[in-house]
Amino acid sequence: MTAPATISSEPQPAIAVRNIVKRYGSFEAVKGVSFSVAEGEIFGLLGPNGAGKSTLIRMMTTLVPITSGTAVVAGHDVAKDSDAVRRMIGVIPQALTSDPDLTVEENLSIYAKLYSVPKAEREKNILEVLEAVDLVKWRGAQTKTLSGGMRRRLEIARGLVHNPSIFFLDEPTTGLDPVSRIAVWEMLDNLRKTRNLTMLITTHYMEEADKLCDRIAIVDHGTLVALGTPIELKHSVPGANVVEVHFDRETNQWQERLEGLDGVTSVQAESAGFYRVLTSSGSRTTMQLVELAAQLGETLTSLSVQNTSLDDVFVHYTGRQLRDEQVKPAAFTMPPRPGAQP
Amino acid sequence: MSRMFAIVEREMRKFFRSPTLMIMSLMMPLMQLVIMGNAFGGKIVGARVGVVDYDHGPEAVKLREAFDSIAVNIKTFSTVDYQDEKQVREDVRTGKIDGAVIIPAQYSRRVYSQDAPVIGFVTDNSDQFTSGSLEAEMQLVVTALTTPAIQPRLASSIALQIVELYPYVNYMKFLLPATIALAMYISVMIGGGMLYIDDKARGVHEGYLVTPITKLELVMGMNMAGAIKAALAGVSLTVIGSLMAGLGVIFHPEALAELFCLIVVTSIAFNGMMFLLMVRVDDPLVPRAMFGVLNTLLFYPSGAMYPIAAFPRWLQAIAIVDPFTYCIHGFKAILLKDGGFEAIQFDLLFLFVFGIGTLLIATPLFKRTL
Repeated sequence: MTAPATISSEPQPAIAVRNIVKRYGSFEAVKGVSFSVAEGEIFGLLGPNGAGKSTLIRMMTTLVPITSGTAVVAGHDVAKDSDAVRRMIGVIPQALTSDPDLTVEENLSIYAKLYSVPKAEREKNILEVLEAVDLVKWRGAQTKTLSGGMRRRLEIARGLVHNPSIFFLDEPTTGLDPVSRIAVWEMLDNLRKTRNLTMLITTHYMEEADKLCDRIAIVDHGTLVALGTPIELKHSVPGANVVEVHFDRETNQWQERLEGLDGVTSVQAESAGFYRVLTSSGSRTTMQLVELAAQLGETLTSLSVQNTSLDDVFVHYTGRQLRDEQVKPAAFTMPPRPGAQP
Repeated sequence: MSRMFAIVEREMRKFFRSPTLMIMSLMMPLMQLVIMGNAFGGKIVGARVGVVDYDHGPEAVKLREAFDSIAVNIKTFSTVDYQDEKQVREDVRTGKIDGAVIIPAQYSRRVYSQDAPVIGFVTDNSDQFTSGSLEAEMQLVVTALTTPAIQPRLASSIALQIVELYPYVNYMKFLLPATIALAMYISVMIGGGMLYIDDKARGVHEGYLVTPITKLELVMGMNMAGAIKAALAGVSLTVIGSLMAGLGVIFHPEALAELFCLIVVTSIAFNGMMFLLMVRVDDPLVPRAMFGVLNTLLFYPSGAMYPIAAFPRWLQAIAIVDPFTYCIHGFKAILLKDGGFEAIQFDLLFLFVFGIGTLLIATPLFKRTL
């Protein structure tokens, strides 16, 4: 079941993508994706590596030519008026691309000049963005002396130095430790509020998408498979809870028996004796499970009940986990860019 | 325009933040100048020449006195006496001595009777430089001994009078133009080749491409920065190299202006060529792999070390389109000959047209997208 991928009916969306396609030879990296992002919204593109997220963001930011379809960003057609688009957007690429030999301030100054920020405003803008990302006291430090989290904050500052109205962030927290990641989330949320920014973020961290994004599009194999708010997406999955159960031994009847319990909407075998059960009533299913195991004389190694997560949403729509190691090998894989964060 | 200068500013700041890179890019040509300048083109000193004297007559004594004179004055060789011709030949063959003079029996008598006197010289011609020097020295000795003590009033033989236009050019001076060209090439190879591709691979260009900078501004900015870096290398090497080689031409304002013009157009030409070669390259290993190949392909056919006239036709064809040829010719014309603007005007024209031409070809090939 695929959630409807429709163009928003809101007037003048900040980003409107219609049936966008990207082909590399015979390989179709993006297959007719459509969505729109409202002004001031944080929109997440969620998907595993190789799903087409970066290609989508690169098409919207004029970095990669669109094969077919249209993308309108800040009221300008990306293919026809790319220069106008570039003036309106800030882009944070996946890799850390600020010059390590230059100081924080020099990096920002160079980019302010590249965006033709008038000299009178340049100093003010640089100071403002440095304050926004909490790097004022590091303004004179060479970029190579900064930590990974600070360098990511510098990248964000660099993307804001010309006061864009739309901000594209390609996996902004990849490679960061959990503390730095949370700091970046807080900073982005704060920036959205103070600068009324529209943000489009690609990520493969479900927690990040859940915490930051107003709406999420799940992309897999170049196709948009689901679109909605995190709550809508979770509700779109049958079953309000997930029961994870581990039996001490595997029998071929477990799947059938679990599917027969009250309220159960789907059962997934994760590994030998380990099942994820989607159910409308976690407590009832748990009790029935314990009783069933007792009747059969089987031992439960572990049992847990959780609310439905985006992980479950992804599993529901794509039939697989949103973990890199479980991504099926695609027919064509884009070679990794040297210097890109793993 | 300000966006173009932002690219230049970034490149120059980066360049001056890496003093090690700056120094190392100048070190190799300077080392080449010092080592090759001293290793090549020197005079042979202290060679050992065996003498087998079967004559022992007055003319043989005169010959040996001439050898002794060489041994104590210009010191090209000293002599070692041998009794046996066979032994002296064996010692030349095994490298114990560098050559041998055989004074045959009846040598003095044949000199006095003007009966075609001959002395033998056994030489190790596997080392052409040493054998050539010894042969030349022996020839001078023989010529001096055969010159009549009293010159005839009317000379019957034709004499060649050699007029040297320039002061003696030692090998270090001869090598300086090639060294300057090499320093500029290395600067372009590092700045315009390796760092350009490294920046591309690190995503720095991706950062540029999302800004409103135009393709032309980006290309011009990167090339201007590359040309400035090459020109700085050229100026540094010209000054340091000239001082090391003892060339005072850099203190003449007119020559200095000519040198500056030549350095600027050479920088444009080298940088344009490198940008054309690298414009579609993405793999950081490619410029590194190309470094040696290009160096050999461009440097040696240029007449930097050997005259182009001595090359086979196909190598001469490479020399014609090689910017090194014109760069080195120009530097030689100014540094060694003080030939003035007229001597370098074709070099300046070729290098300028070459630089602009390669940029014009490369610009459409430059992709504004990933």
